[in-house]
Amino acid sequence: MSLKYVGTSLPRKEAIEKVTGSAKFLEDLYIGPLLYAKIKKSNVAHAIIRSIDTSKAENYPGVKAVVTGKDFPNRIGLYLIDRNFFAVDKVRFYGEPVAAVAAVTEEAAAAAAELIEVEYEELSALFDPREAMKPDAPLIHEELCRYELVPVFYPKSCTNIANHFKLRKGDVEKGFAEADLVIERNYFVPHIQHVTLETHKAAAMWGLDGKLTIWTTAQSPSAVRQLLAKSLGMPLHKIRIISNYIGGGFGGKAGATMEGLVIPLAKKCPGYVVRLVFTREEDIQGSFVRQALYSRLKTGVRKDGRLTAMEYEMIWDGGAYTEYGVNIVRAAGYSSTGAYDIPNVKTDSYCVYTNNPVGGPLRGFGMCEMQWGIERQMDEIAGMLNIDPLQIRLINGMKDGSSTASGQVVKHVAFDQCLKVVADAVDFGHKGGKYRGKGIAGMVKAPAQPSNASSSAIIRLNEDGTVHLLIGSTEMGQGMLTVFVQMTAEALNIPPEKIELRMPDTDFTPYEWQSVGSRTTYCCGNAVLKAAQDVKDQLYALAGPAIGVPEDELELSDTVVRWVKDHSRFIEVAKLANSFKKATGEGLTGPIIGRGSWVPTTLSNLDPETGQGNPGLFWTFGATAAEVEIDPETGAINLLRIASVMDAGQAINPQLCKAQLNGGAIMGLGTALYEELKLDRGRVLNHNYTDYKIPTIENVPDINCFVLETPEEGGPFGARGVGEPPMIGVAPAIANAVANAIGVEFNTFPITPERIVQALKEKARKEGELIS
Amino acid sequence: MAGNITINFTVNGYKEVRTVNSWLSLLKFIREELKLTGTKEGCEVGECGACMVLLDGEAVNSCVVLAAELDGRDLVTIEGLAKNGELDLIQQAFIDHSAFQCGYCTPGMIMSARALLNRNPSPSDKEINEALSGNLCRCGAYVEIREAVKTCGKKQGRKEEARCP
Repeated sequence: MSLKYVGTSLPRKEAIEKVTGSAKFLEDLYIGPLLYAKIKKSNVAHAIIRSIDTSKAENYPGVKAVVTGKDFPNRIGLYLIDRNFFAVDKVRFYGEPVAAVAAVTEEAAAAAAELIEVEYEELSALFDPREAMKPDAPLIHEELCRYELVPVFYPKSCTNIANHFKLRKGDVEKGFAEADLVIERNYFVPHIQHVTLETHKAAAMWGLDGKLTIWTTAQSPSAVRQLLAKSLGMPLHKIRIISNYIGGGFGGKAGATMEGLVIPLAKKCPGYVVRLVFTREEDIQGSFVRQALYSRLKTGVRKDGRLTAMEYEMIWDGGAYTEYGVNIVRAAGYSSTGAYDIPNVKTDSYCVYTNNPVGGPLRGFGMCEMQWGIERQMDEIAGMLNIDPLQIRLINGMKDGSSTASGQVVKHVAFDQCLKVVADAVDFGHKGGKYRGKGIAGMVKAPAQPSNASSSAIIRLNEDGTVHLLIGSTEMGQGMLTVFVQMTAEALNIPPEKIELRMPDTDFTPYEWQSVGSRTTYCCGNAVLKAAQDVKDQLYALAGPAIGVPEDELELSDTVVRWVKDHSRFIEVAKLANSFKKATGEGLTGPIIGRGSWVPTTLSNLDPETGQGNPGLFWTFGATAAEVEIDPETGAINLLRIASVMDAGQAINPQLCKAQLNGGAIMGLGTALYEELKLDRGRVLNHNYTDYKIPTIENVPDINCFVLETPEEGGPFGARGVGEPPMIGVAPAIANAVANAIGVEFNTFPITPERIVQALKEKARKEGELIS
Repeated sequence: MAGNITINFTVNGYKEVRTVNSWLSLLKFIREELKLTGTKEGCEVGECGACMVLLDGEAVNSCVVLAAELDGRDLVTIEGLAKNGELDLIQQAFIDHSAFQCGYCTPGMIMSARALLNRNPSPSDKEINEALSGNLCRCGAYVEIREAVKTCGKKQGRKEEARCP
């Protein structure tokens, strides 16, 4: 089947808005009489709240309302319901919201928030999950065993373990016995932050009619509505979530984040809109961070390079609340062999409460952290066995019919091709100079979602044959608007410029579980295709009798429905769409509305003891290669080039698809070389862009991206998601290149010049010892 | 001490007279008083470039300039680039090269690029990197941005040649 609109690089649907400054983000809107919210945050990491005195704040000129945790003690959470809007009785991390003020100016709100006096009784705090998971560690959540949760998570009551994901595949002891080499290493991945250019923002209005309207930068309005409704005890139709363009998400705005902070204030000020805008510092300290990971990976391998067994222990720093993080830990667990087929696996993945900032999703959902260890160790194994790093990956890489750690059989896999593409692109295996090195890394990712996470779409065929597509997915830069317009255009065979699609509003657009996990192209895409088919079915049912040909011999072509056998037999779409009537005047049908409702049917629960089952809707494979040059004197790393490939199944818009690959490579190199949250007893020290350095245009090397298209059965037009995956292989590819350049193995990142110099000194010392 | 100051300036080609608080930042003035919300706030301390505007043709972070400093000067914001319903060449180049994703840094990025191309229509990669190094883009559209600026410079050069034979 030849494609007309899918597979072409149309400009972004919202392009003109975004280059002219007319694209509206939350703070750009006039949404009613405004009150400014400011938060009083805890200045200790773990403490009992003895008292809160809000009297001075309440009397401050311009203040309309002050709230504390007592005003709204209900919990909220996506998977493990362990959070309150504001701390109640206890604070568990530095920067936790304790109280808030709404005032007529931002200055008054800020000044009043400062006047709130909180008396704390400090408790001993935990900042290392390895300590926190010990049986005698002080408890951060005393009521863990009573928290409501989705029953695929396994907290250990009376400990700080919020989830223990267990996976057992094959016979790991037998696998190690068969190995000629067993290698075991510890890895550490530090906390990082999303630092989206637009910080988290939310506004709320509580009408006197009991209707709650929320404007939010959230990625997933349907999820926010559901979580708030549950927490507030309100029916869904009384809560309206309105989305605008989002200035970057990367998972940091998934689920419900800070919307709850403005709601109690709005309830006290009916008719006003209460708006909260996180400052950069609040955003870095107080929004989801990528969890740190302490891991121990043990691999058994035969002389011929075949992996026989793997034992992976992952201890995640879930932070003070792990409502979302528990699922990252689970996803990393069920994917724990990465892109490789290993017959015998034992994995224990622990999500542990600490008094560090709250962990949550960040582009990759645990895959960057988990596959870092695997991809580093593959290179060490290759070195020990004297096998080429590309070769060992080809030997063990998943192929059609391989099974994942959870025993799920993967199909339509071209991982070996991915590896070869990037290897060729950097001329892998040829060292370009004494202090130069090349590295390669594979990757795989599936969306992490409940087995029944669903999507829906409505297509309104206007009276003139133009189209409004209604869906609940959000645009945060990934290109959702453009991709779904292209899919609709293809399915209906009408030009994209006749299709309108906007950001969701839960009062008008249909349900979408979440815009996360690189899942919407696939999931929402399937709903869109079903809605388009429904439109066509309705048109053909009218057109067949009208032009006297069988309904199943019709096709839609822009403005007409015509007979496939003779295009001169046709009827205008506008006629059919505009309340079609008989020649004698009697009405036949009202406006045409297409419905698309979709849920995956191939996913299953995982066995609680073995973790076996089918969790992955589709598996996106890819690979990254990098070349570096090291200055051994200064430790400076010159990242010369990156090559990246993803198997997109079918790129709906190749230009936007490549943009994801480029962007992912850049975000990945940031983590590899610069990014790390510096925490001092839970307090983020580098809470601005100067101290928390992200890549600038000056740090971007030569990047060469490739898109493979091995169609995904079940994906719309064969497509699978590629938003997160391009980031996953970057850090290990760079570390492998550094190892290749200077013979130093890094088991943590960022790989900074200081660390390089230190490692080279250490290496020289050891070599000196050997000589003497 | 805070006080009110009257300022005369041009914004996007129009003359304006306003009275402003002496401590008000240019960014807040642009967004809240002039209601030109295309200019974005990302950090408030001049680190990210999202609030970049042209002041007498120079790209400046409007969050670290006071509105009072606008007196007697010429301000151009992202809203002032397109003229007579036609996009500026750099805006079109950003579209053609898909040089943005979420779009939040885009107005600032475009203003920095415009300032660069005004003084140097054929910048090298290094010159582009230097001129745009104060504009952060977390989506990582830098590869496309660099291409957009380069090709725009070439087009602009051709257009200028055509005008002065």
